[in-house]
Formats: sequence, C-alpha cells, structure tokens
Amino acid sequence: MHTLSIKEMSDKLQKREITSVDLTQHYLNRIDQYDPTLNAYVTVTPELALEMANQADALLDAGKGHRLTGIPIAHKDIFCSLGIKTTCGSKMLDNFISPYDAKVVEMTRELAMPILGKTNMDEFAMGSSTESSYYGATLNPWDHQAVPGGSSGGAAAVIAAGLAPLATGSDTGGSIRQPASFCGITGIKPTYGTVSRYGMIAYASSFDQGGAMTRSAQEAAWLLQVMAGFDERDSTSLEQDAADFSQQLGQSIKGLKIGVPAEYFESGLDASVEQAVRTALSEYEALGAELISVNLPNKDLAVPAYYVLAPAEASSNLSRFDGVRYGYRCDNPQSLEDLYHRSRSEGLGAEVKRRIMVGAYVLSAGYYDAYYLKAQKLRRMVRDDFTKAFESCDVIMGPVAPTPAFNIGEKSDDPVSMYLADLYTIPVNLAGLPAMSVPAGFAKGRPVGLHLIGPYHSEAALLNIAHQYQQVTDWHCQMPATYK
Amino acid sequence: MTWEVVIGLEIHAQLTTKTKIFSGSPIAYGAEPNTQANLLDLGMPGQLPVLNKAVIPKAIQFGLAIGADIGRRSIFDRKNYFYPDLPKGYQTSQFSFPIVDKGGVVEIEVDGETKKIGVTRAHLEEDAGKSLHDAFPGQTGIDLNRAGTPLLEIVSEPDMRSAKEAVAYAKKVHELVQYLGICDGNMQEGSFRVDSNVSIHKPGTPFGTRAELKNINSFKFIEQAIEIEIDRQIEILESGGKVVQETRLYDADKNETRSMREKEEANDYRYFPCPDLLPVVVAQADIDAIQAEMPELPDAKRARFVSQFELSEYDAAFLAGSRATADYFEAVVALTKAPKISANWVMGELSKSLNQHDLTIDASPVTAAQLAGLINRIQDGTISGKMAKQVFDAIWSGEGDADTIIAAKGLQQITDVGAIEALVDEVIANHTDQVTAYQNGQEKMFGFFVGQVMKASKGQANPAQVNQLLKQKLQNP
Repeated sequence: MHTLSIKEMSDKLQKREITSVDLTQHYLNRIDQYDPTLNAYVTVTPELALEMANQADALLDAGKGHRLTGIPIAHKDIFCSLGIKTTCGSKMLDNFISPYDAKVVEMTRELAMPILGKTNMDEFAMGSSTESSYYGATLNPWDHQAVPGGSSGGAAAVIAAGLAPLATGSDTGGSIRQPASFCGITGIKPTYGTVSRYGMIAYASSFDQGGAMTRSAQEAAWLLQVMAGFDERDSTSLEQDAADFSQQLGQSIKGLKIGVPAEYFESGLDASVEQAVRTALSEYEALGAELISVNLPNKDLAVPAYYVLAPAEASSNLSRFDGVRYGYRCDNPQSLEDLYHRSRSEGLGAEVKRRIMVGAYVLSAGYYDAYYLKAQKLRRMVRDDFTKAFESCDVIMGPVAPTPAFNIGEKSDDPVSMYLADLYTIPVNLAGLPAMSVPAGFAKGRPVGLHLIGPYHSEAALLNIAHQYQQVTDWHCQMPATYK
Repeated sequence: MTWEVVIGLEIHAQLTTKTKIFSGSPIAYGAEPNTQANLLDLGMPGQLPVLNKAVIPKAIQFGLAIGADIGRRSIFDRKNYFYPDLPKGYQTSQFSFPIVDKGGVVEIEVDGETKKIGVTRAHLEEDAGKSLHDAFPGQTGIDLNRAGTPLLEIVSEPDMRSAKEAVAYAKKVHELVQYLGICDGNMQEGSFRVDSNVSIHKPGTPFGTRAELKNINSFKFIEQAIEIEIDRQIEILESGGKVVQETRLYDADKNETRSMREKEEANDYRYFPCPDLLPVVVAQADIDAIQAEMPELPDAKRARFVSQFELSEYDAAFLAGSRATADYFEAVVALTKAPKISANWVMGELSKSLNQHDLTIDASPVTAAQLAGLINRIQDGTISGKMAKQVFDAIWSGEGDADTIIAAKGLQQITDVGAIEALVDEVIANHTDQVTAYQNGQEKMFGFFVGQVMKASKGQANPAQVNQLLKQKLQNP
C-alpha cells in the first residue's frame, strides 16, 4: 500500500476499496518495523491515528470525505499538536504537551487525516542534518551512514522510507528543500506568508515558512492546498485565498524560460551533483524549455546575512524558554538567576546556544548598526537580485545543496561548513520566494535534488514545472531497497 | 550659584480597550490571578501576536491633542530582558518609530505663569504581568492578567524645573487622556502611572545624573517624592558625593525614597523590529477622520465657558475639569438657559452630595434633566431656593423629578397676592401687642411677623411678597 501514489490511495479510499484504518495500520506496522533504526519519529501516536482513521472511514462511508480524508500524515515536531508531546527536537520541551493545535495540525484534524506522529528535526530547526536533535540523529534511508539533511530530516526520511505518505515540514534557510534533496523526495517551501505560522514554534520568524514534503509534485500540490490560506491569527499571513495549486498541472512547459545562475555552479559545487543537475536541465530542454543565463551577483552575501538575522530573531524567540512556566526547569534553583541560567544551559543544545549568543551579540548596543542593519541591507540586495533575474526568466534552476548527503558526524564539529551546506537555499528565504526540491538522480549513490525557484506566488506554476519533469523521469518513484 | 532642578516624566496611560493589545483576553481590574491570560499571554510556543486595532486611533487622538507629528509608519519592536512576569522574554513596544512622534506640547500654569512642556514622543506597548511576593511563602507567584494590557507611554522632555511643574504637567496629561476618553485615569488601579526622572545641576553646566522615581500613585505623593529627592541629591552633591543612576521607590509612610535597583550601565535591551507584526501605516485620511471626531479639549472648553456663559474663570475651570462634569453642566444649561444658577447648582449642592456619597458625576442619582427641571421651577418662582434644597434631596432619594415631588408634597410657593394678603391680615389681627410695639419703634419685630406669616403658609408663601405686604400694612395700619 505504501507504494501507491496519494491519488491512487485517495481513489481507493473514496471507492471504499481500502479503509483508512487498514492504510493507517499498514504505516504503523512499518513504523514499528523500521523506525527503531531510522529514528525519524520523535513521537508515534498509534491510538490517535487509528481513532482518526475510524472517523475518516465513517466520513468516507457517508461520502463526505475530502480527497485527503483518511490519508495518514506525519507532522514535523515544530508544529504544536493538542495533547501530543511537541518537542521541537529539544530537551527544553521534552515534557511539553501542547495545549493547542497549530494551524496545519488543525487542518489535519478537520479533514480526518490520521496523525501518525511527530517527526525528528534539528533542535529548534537549527541545523542541516537532524544531528542536533535531543532525540539523536535520524538516518538517511538511502544510506544509513548519511544524514537525511535538516532541519526537516525526520519528515524527509519518513517519506523516502515509506513510513508516512505525507509529511509537513518547515523551511527557514532550506530546511525542507535540503533534506528533500538528500532523501530523494519532493519538497516545496511556498512564498512567505502562504502557510500560517500559527502554532509553528518560531526559530526566525521573518524566514520561517511551513511547506509540504511528499514523493511527487502532484502530491505536494494537494498537501500544500490544505496547509495554505489566510489565517487571521498570523499577522504575516497573506490576506488572500490560496491559489489552486493543482490547476496548472498538465500544462505544457514549451517555451518556458529557465534562468540558470552562473553563481550556482561555481567552485564548491560537487561535480557529481553538477552532473545530475545539468542532466535534469537537458531534460527540460527536451520538454521545450529554454535555458537562459542569469546572475545572482550577491549570492555569497546571503549566508553571512542569514547568520546575522536568523540568530538575532532566534535569540529573542527562544527567550520564552526560561524554565518559569513550562518546559525544562533545573533542579533546586537557588535564585532567579540560577533558575534561568541552569534551565537554559541544561535544556538547550550547543548549536542553539551558539545561535542565541550570536543573535544577542549582533543586537547589542554598539553592534546593531554594523551587523543587524547591514544584514538587512544585504537581504534587500539579495532580493533585488532575484527580482532582476525574473525579468528575463520564468523560473530559476540549480542545485539545492553543493553536495549529496554527507556522513553522520562529518560536519558536526564544523559549524561554518555546515552553514555553507545551505548556500543555495538561504538566498530564497532572504527573499521570501517559493522554491522546491525535485528528485533528479543520484551522486555517489545518494539522491540529488534539483532546485526550482519561482517569483512570488508562482507555486502553481512551479508545481507544474516539477510535475512535467516527473512525467518523463522516475527519480521520485524510487525507493531505497531496504524499505521497499 | 544655586542648583537647578531638571525633571522629565514618563507616564504610562492604560488605554481603554475591551481586550489586550495583542491577544483576545479581556481586561478587567482585580480578577482572580491568571484568569485573564490566554495562550499568547502565557508565552506558549508558536503563539503569535495580532494587533488590537482599537489602540491606534486612541494614540493618534492623544498625538493630535498635543499637536505632535503622527508616525505615519510606526513599528513595534521587541525590548528583550528576562523577568518572570514577562512571559515571552521581551516586551513588545515601539522604539525607533513611535506612533506619536516629536512636536507635542503641553501647556501648564504654575503660580500664574504659563509654561510649555515638550513631549518627546508617545508610543504603544504592552504591560507586563505582576509578581506576587507575599502569596506563597518562600516562592513568587506570577499573575499574567495584566500582561499584554495596552499602554501609551508618554515621554516628556526634561523641561520641568520644580516638583510643582512636574505635578502640573502630570495633572494636565491626566485631564487630557480622560477628556479624550482613551484612559480612565485611575491612579489607584495603576491605569495612570507616573515615573519621574529627577536630577540637579548648576545652570550652564551639563545635566546631572538622574534618579527615576517609580510607581507613585497620587499627585500629592509625586510632589513630595520629587521634593525630598531634590533635597537628597543636593545633600549628596554638596557633601562632595555623586548621584548614582538608579530607580528609587517612594515610601509615603516614611516620606522617603529608597533605592530599588541600580540601572547597570550594561542594561542592553537589544531592541529590534518585531518580525511577527507588520508596520502600522496611518494614512492622512485616517488622521483627518480622527481629527474631525476630536472632542473639545479642556483649555478650549474653559475659554468657551467664560465667553459663552459669562462664567468666572474659577467656575469655568471647575466645570471643565472633567469631560463628564462639563457634559453634565452643558446638558443642564441646554434645558434651563440659565448658566449662572446652573453652574451654582452643579458646583454647589450636586458636587457636595456626590462627594458625601463618594460618587462620580457619571453615577449621579440626579440626572442633568432632573436638575434642570428643579432649576426651572426656581426660575419661574414655583419654589423658593430653600424649598429647592428639599426637592433636590427628594430627587436624590429617587422620589421622581421636581414637578412630581412638588405636587406630591404640596410644595408650590404661594404667590397669589390675595392669599398672602389674607395671611398677613390675619397675623396682624392676631398680634395687636406686637403691632403696637413695632409701630413704637421696635423695628426688629418685623422678622417676627415674617416668621408668623411663613408659618401660617407652611413655608410656601413667597418670602419677597410677604415682606412687601407686611411693610405696607404695618406702616399704614
């Protein structure tokens, strides 16, 4: 059943050829079988999943189901979920049972999409490998020596390994696209403001954006459809109805102008990754698209700007984890200072502390102008690069990450090299643009993703551009042998 | 050379909204702890602020009232610091781009001299919660009911040179925010809080180090606290010491200030724009609409009361002292067309009764229409001033309006000349000895006759008519 596409699952459920309970139980069985090794879930919720599957079957029996009703889903553990432990990958929230649902979790409940559990992630979404999780690293289903990417590594791994048919993710600097690339799945980060941030634990608020992680672009269109839309509880939510993301699926891309930024193919890009990306670009030419050379001259400013702005926001966003009202509190605090100091020292991991310190530093009096304000200027320059590039093309394509998945432990002691793993994805978050990672082959036996970046609100077009490629390739259908 | 005192005030005015500035929690003073705090107020992960738009026009009204520039694109910033009653670890406030920008002026009058006090800015922010140190032995309780209450922080220039000026300014702002209806002004409940920055220096030299006097809940104590703080600083400097920058609390019982905490130099709030909130953009049309709806301000109203109603400056100031009093007074005048006697009644009998019962004029048992009805019966001679007080008390007790009470109690004044003449004749006829005495020069006997006539009329005879007739009859028997 786990090899069916979402569309096939949906058809069978609607026709009552299969039940949601059977489907859900099938995934729960696979989780039991594989997850002890893979470690992609922080929490599995079998009772809730089956209860929701029963509701789904009742709805479907009555002919009242949505096309996703009854199809199980795994939520990244960054989304607050009522009555379920919501850890954000941190010891700080190891004991935190959320008193409410995030917007995207609410949606799952409304549609009776059984919640299988909460997926592993880098602590507070700070990382590119899922190794900084308090719950240990998730393995890459394609190669257990490799990381699955991050921070939505658990979500990418459950899709790749068939431990969930659909998964939610979030992307602050590449946290959907990079793990999607590393695990050979499809991931979309929509335009900033498309998916409500209500209930999504904040890392860097002006970058954070929820998105969909699936096998195919068509599936991503369906999932994103139910995640997107105006939410008055998030002031940065776009005040417009979400577009029909499936509407353009099937349209020809003949004459599509693909911008290929020279800066995305400079030194530092692994040759085998470049090979896979160039091959994919040729496939697009074969589909009638035209390759155009574009420039993103300020690409190299993006990572430094991001590592000023995101930690600045994080240092403030994470202040609420103080041991006073919920979450981890140190034993026997001797004073208020001691309570704060030890609760945060003991409850937060090294990478989180590093970013809080960087953030507090760049915001401090005397440094604010030199760091924070300057980084804001760079952010505008990076955004303007994209605006200019889109004057001559419809979509920008390139690599998602400079290398295929690296080995577990390879970069954990070298934060800067870890940060540079996101040099192609971060510019997109600075600009708030929609972007995808689409499976485009393998390098050294590990998956490689093709990066699609579109103008604001071009999700429907992007999804079709990915979909057209997936009509002539089968990278997105492949599964690692261990998990077939 | 003597010391010059330099004072600047930071006033926190709680805005009158139904719900908090960024959450839907209700605002009511004195509720059970944490019953008015929702998930956002508790600082739950993933919760996001949504601006309560009702605060914007209130802040703009204040800005317009003091003639300040309105921030056309104001921005909420985060002021980062750790404290248990600050659940998010930051206070959302406005730092670089406040809603009320520079240019504001408040005019005060002290000892007959007027002076303009500059207002640097006024910005919107959320209040913190409260720490309850006495509720649990050895522990501190946190009450987040107040967390997120909308405040307008009004920051003055260091333009005041005495405690009297500071209090005059604070009172003027207090009057203004209540006039505008944007703050209830209740100092006891903390709806209007005044922090005073006080320093001294020799004129012509840079300003001295300031101490901040916080959370003093009456104007009288503000004046006292500043006075003794000035004395304290003079004493320190004249004995060769240095004033430290710190926050000091005023102890009204001991009439002294004492150090609460030293503001360490390194106190760095790491302000930056809150990424969860959009800039507040105000169009000229919005400002125009608010301007058009602005109530008449206290100074203008006082001047109008003097010119339109020919009231004294004193009466005008009293009646314009609060919007509620002024509205009440104008409602009475509208029905009586008699400003002076209306003013006398509002300032006299009504105010006296309200004070005795500790009531505000909004809660007066005697409505403006009822008081006007009473005054009209005095004006048309139906009742005398003395009877009017009796009728007023009856209205106060809820016995109805003036006409009803006058009729029910039979209090109509007797003004019929024939009826009064009959009474006068009767009194004269029954007191021949006294008449003789009067006519023999005992003129003070006249009061006796008036008393007898009034008694015979059960107090209802028009006293002026009684006087006139008695004089006539006694002189020409």
